[in-house]
Amino acid sequence: MSVIEVNHLTKYYGKARGIIDVSFSEEEGEIFGFIGPNGAGKSTTIRLLLSLIYPTSGSAKVFGQDVVAHGPEIRRDIGYLPSEVYYYEGMKVVDLLKYSASFYDRDCTQRMHELSELMELEMNRRISDLSYGNKKKVGIVQGLLHSPKLLFLDEPTAGLDPLMQRKFFNLIREENKRGVTVFFSSHILGEVQRLCTRVGIIREGRIVEISNIRTLQQNNYKKVRVTADGLNPAAFDLPGVTNLEAENSTVHFFFKGDINAVLQRMHGVQVTDVTIEEPTLEEIFMHYYE
Amino acid sequence: MSANIYKHEFRTRLRSVVIWSGSIAFLVIFYFSMFPVFADQAALINQMMARFPQAMREAFGLGRVDLATVLGFYSFIFLFIQLCLAIQAGNYGFGLVSVEESELTADFLLSKPVSRTQVLISKLLAALTSLIITNLVVWVSSFVAISLFREQRQYEPRTLLLLLLSIVIFQLFFLSVGLVVSLLVKRVRSVTPYSLGLGFGSYVLSAFSGMLGDVKLELITPFKHLDAAYIVQHGAFDTPLVLLNIAVTLVSLAASYWLYLRRDIPAIS
Repeated sequence: MSVIEVNHLTKYYGKARGIIDVSFSEEEGEIFGFIGPNGAGKSTTIRLLLSLIYPTSGSAKVFGQDVVAHGPEIRRDIGYLPSEVYYYEGMKVVDLLKYSASFYDRDCTQRMHELSELMELEMNRRISDLSYGNKKKVGIVQGLLHSPKLLFLDEPTAGLDPLMQRKFFNLIREENKRGVTVFFSSHILGEVQRLCTRVGIIREGRIVEISNIRTLQQNNYKKVRVTADGLNPAAFDLPGVTNLEAENSTVHFFFKGDINAVLQRMHGVQVTDVTIEEPTLEEIFMHYYE
Repeated sequence: MSANIYKHEFRTRLRSVVIWSGSIAFLVIFYFSMFPVFADQAALINQMMARFPQAMREAFGLGRVDLATVLGFYSFIFLFIQLCLAIQAGNYGFGLVSVEESELTADFLLSKPVSRTQVLISKLLAALTSLIITNLVVWVSSFVAISLFREQRQYEPRTLLLLLLSIVIFQLFFLSVGLVVSLLVKRVRSVTPYSLGLGFGSYVLSAFSGMLGDVKLELITPFKHLDAAYIVQHGAFDTPLVLLNIAVTLVSLAASYWLYLRRDIPAIS
């Protein structure tokens, strides 16, 4: 069953572009990575799905219900961690969490304490006294304490130290094992690669690619590196070759297509070293942006 | 309406309510404590008043009331009470939903399973509760001040009741106009300049309308709609103007509801 279904969703802020004709869907239990540079429309998409803003055209469904018409019902089972966390400054952490829990018709006390302990959150401090990273922890606990079925994470790791990041990722994986669907927006590709099964790439408000991380890495591009004396870089200028660069006696490039074509070019050359590997998501990503 | 939002809203505003109510109560009792002096020296005071320029007397609503009477003097103080109430109610109105956006907590609140209607109604009721508390404090402090300092001078209790009843209409006007303006502008960075502007602005308009004798300006300012001097003079509301005031309040509330339900919550950046 699709937990999120987005159909030709478009959002303009006056004349400024938010997102244009975005369509995708996310299945139950998936961790979907949503990547793109700042200002590409990642937050706009999430805010539309939460009905914080309303679409200019197109529609979106969460749990099979239209987000505009059934916002409150849908949000019962959604947890949201915004990219920038701001809470009522005068409140104590524990009061804010209790206030947050009071919106849900289930008892969240136990889960709240479990999560706070795990994230090493000091419950009796005032929000205004917390550092950015600690506010982020409040955000994480606040987003998870009601055991949501769908999690929106908008650049969640900014401000967390590496140790906390690891704890956080383990937490998300655990939630996911329990069947929680995760929508993970980020511009840090390493973390998307570590966590997500499928990714959507958004650029200037439009989706440019949606695919499995595996297929994105396997079927698309190979990273080839050849070292040999007296190598002519032009020999590798084949159809399917991109980013061809040569330095000293080494040539490296990306290749999409039948790898035998490359091997044939190497035939008869006395090579010192050859590597053919899957590019990192980062490299694929840069490729989409050029 | 959701009880948790109501409770949260009421609590965050509690300190402000205590300060406003306390200050207004002090103002009422302090000023009214001077009444015996005014009443005893009535002839002298009226002589002195006569020396003020006509325009200035009009501006303070002094032209039409006798400061030597209980309600005449009270209506003079009432103008200042109204000014305070206007700024307080304006504060709550302008801040009602804009505070969530300027302090960037709107994302938190509106990603919870509540509808915008529930949020707005709970917030309005919480603000209304706060205003009613201040209102009650004005009632009590007025009764206390008058019974302490009137020194057997008689007054018409029905007229006093009318004056006190006008408060809630007055407060609702500034609450709802503040709210609708805050939803019409793109972003309210700080509430105070807006509420001071609206409060003093409508007071000055009313004062000018007294000076110039211009009838048209009376139509837009609640200080004229619920003019204390008029109520004391006539022992009644200026019904058409009061109805106009209530109409503006209702239209503002309806427009606020319409605007808030369609509002795009600005992203944090």
